[in-house]
Amino acid sequence: MDSRESTTSRTDDAGVEIPYQRFRPKRYQPRMSIFWWIHKKVYLRFIIRELTSVFVAIYAVILIVKLNALLRGPESWEVMTAALATPFSIVLHVIILLFVVYHSITWFLLAPTATVVRLGRKRIPDSAIIAVNFLMWLVLSVAVGWIILAV
Amino acid sequence: MESVTLQVLRYLPEEKSEPFYQDYDVPFQKKWVILDALNYIKDHVDGTLTYRWSCRMGVCGSCGMMVNDQPVLTCETFLETYLPGPIRIAPLSYFAVIRDLVVNTDDFLGKVKRAKPWLITDELKPVTEGEYRQTPDELKEYKQYSMCINCMLCYSACPIVGLDPEFVGPAAVALAQRYNYDSRDDGHGQRNKILMDDDGIYSCTLVGECSVVCPKAVDPAGAIQRYKVTGAVEWWKSVVMPWKSDK
Repeated sequence: MDSRESTTSRTDDAGVEIPYQRFRPKRYQPRMSIFWWIHKKVYLRFIIRELTSVFVAIYAVILIVKLNALLRGPESWEVMTAALATPFSIVLHVIILLFVVYHSITWFLLAPTATVVRLGRKRIPDSAIIAVNFLMWLVLSVAVGWIILAV
Repeated sequence: MESVTLQVLRYLPEEKSEPFYQDYDVPFQKKWVILDALNYIKDHVDGTLTYRWSCRMGVCGSCGMMVNDQPVLTCETFLETYLPGPIRIAPLSYFAVIRDLVVNTDDFLGKVKRAKPWLITDELKPVTEGEYRQTPDELKEYKQYSMCINCMLCYSACPIVGLDPEFVGPAAVALAQRYNYDSRDDGHGQRNKILMDDDGIYSCTLVGECSVVCPKAVDPAGAIQRYKVTGAVEWWKSVVMPWKSDK
C-alpha cells in the first residue's frame, strides 16, 4: 500500500510533495451507542435472554452453598433451611424458577441449530430434535419429582 | 402514490467530517427495487451519490445497505414494501465508510482469508488417478454453506461484530465450515486453530440475526453453533487422549 501511495503522490507548484492521502480522505468509523439494543425488538429480546441468565447463575451458586451446608453437618443444614424459608428467599426462588423455565424453553428451541443428527441418509428434522428435548425434560422432571415426593 | 422520499445517509469527507441525511424524491414504480430508485437519483437528480452495485439479481453481493435499519440487498428489496415512506438508506452498519453508501471491505476480506476458505489436501493425487469424486450426499453436507456470496449483510446484523471488531464474524465461519464438511478437504486442523481462538467462534453469543438477514439461507449462526460443538468435542479429546490431538 505504501508503494502505491508514494507513486501516486505529486508535487505542487512550489515543489512540495502532496501526499496521496489528500485525495483519499478520512474514512468515517461509526460508533456504537451503549443503547444499541433498545431500537430493535430482536436485540431487546436477546439482551433480556442474556441478562436474565444471571438468575440461572444465582441458582447455581445457591445449589453450591446448599451442598456445602450439607457437607458441614446437620447444624449448618438447619441454618441453611431456615434461610431458605424466609419470604425473600421464596420470592427469589419463584423468580428464578420462572427464568429457568424460560431459559430451558429457549435453549431447547435453539438445540437443532447446533445439532445435526442423521438416521441413515436422512437428516432428522429440527422439530423432532426439539420434541425429543422437551420429552426428556418432562421425563426427567417427573422422575426427579417422584424421587423427592417418595422420600 | 406518485413519489416516495428516500433519506440517504451521505458522507462527503472533503466537505464534512460527519455523515448527514439527504432527502431525495423519486417517482414510485411498483416494479422498482431500492437499487432502481438509487440509480434514478444517480442518473436524474444527483450524480454525486456514490454506492456499489453490479449484477442486479442477488448474486454478486455488492449492493448491501441498511434500509430502515435492516441490512438487505437493495437489488431484491422492493420500494413497495416500505410505502408510504420515507425510506432511510444507510451504509452497512459497523463498517468504516469511504463515501456515501460505500464501505471499506478490507477488514471483512481479511477475516474471510483467515478462515482459509479453500480446499486443503494432505496429499495431492496424481492427475492419472482422476478426479476427486463426491456422492450427492457428500455434496449435501456443505452445499448450504457454499451459497455465501460475501455480501456482508450478516456482519451488519451482528452486534458482536460492532462491539468486538476483532470477532472473525458469521460469514468467515460459515465459509470455513463449507470446507470443513467437504469430503475432499483435510484442512480442519488448520482452521480450528484460528477459529477456536479468542476472536473466533466463542465470541458469538447467538443473537441469530445473521441467519435471519442472509439472502442465500446459508445459516451462519447454525455454522457457528455446530463449530462450537466440534470445539467442545476436540477439547475433550485433547484432555482424554492428548497423544491424538494437535493434528
